[in-house]
Amino acid sequence: MLNCRQATRLMSEGMDRPLGLVERLRLRFHLAFCRGCRAFKRQTAFLRRASRAFVRLSDDDTP
Amino acid sequence: MTDTPQAELISGFRPQMLKFARLQLQDDAAAEDVVQEAMESALRGVDRFGGRSALKTWLFTIVRHKVIDALRERGRSVQVSTLERDEADMDEAFEALFRDNGHWSPASRPRAWGDPEEALEQRQFWQVFETCLELLPARTARVFMMREFLGLETDEICTTLQLSISNCNVILHRARAGLRQCLNTGWFAGEGAPC
Repeated sequence: MLNCRQATRLMSEGMDRPLGLVERLRLRFHLAFCRGCRAFKRQTAFLRRASRAFVRLSDDDTP
Repeated sequence: MTDTPQAELISGFRPQMLKFARLQLQDDAAAEDVVQEAMESALRGVDRFGGRSALKTWLFTIVRHKVIDALRERGRSVQVSTLERDEADMDEAFEALFRDNGHWSPASRPRAWGDPEEALEQRQFWQVFETCLELLPARTARVFMMREFLGLETDEICTTLQLSISNCNVILHRARAGLRQCLNTGWFAGEGAPC
């Protein structure tokens, strides 16, 4: 069983490389039972969207 | 160097970068070198930047990283430590979110952020976002930005910065966890209701 700390590491790696089947299953199982890690996953995905938006932001959009 | 408006923007930041590097290094020639290197590596991927703000954040991250490398080479650990929050400190702060068994401690378990997309429309959010990026250790910030600003693959980042893949993964995880925590505290805390 993954603990939350390990799950966050795997979620991060999942943003940088395709996870293996076993890794995906272990993570999915953990997420099914862990609300905190589900929030962590959504929030790191948001970080990626925010970073891309930040880079594209033109001067008109910023103060 | 002046083919694109962004390349021109980079040149525009040169005096500020030089001032920063001179102040830290106390050596004009070394400062010139650091800024030159930083400008060269920033040119790569510069076309992705829509405006000054993100480009400036990216540029100064590279300069800061290179200044710290230069100081380390000279063995100036005191100056390095005033310039950057240590990576070990970040790891300690992250560890503190968990109980001994590696599960979230109840107080620090991530809670839903309400409607984060709405934040993207708000100027103040971007100020918090920039501040959070600036609070990352220089190398951590640089690896994160190469991945998420430039969209480079991790093996490319590792090769460029001469890091192992696992080191890269650790750094990216540290950056994401740290930024998440910083945005949580600086913007979303109290805003999103627990799910």
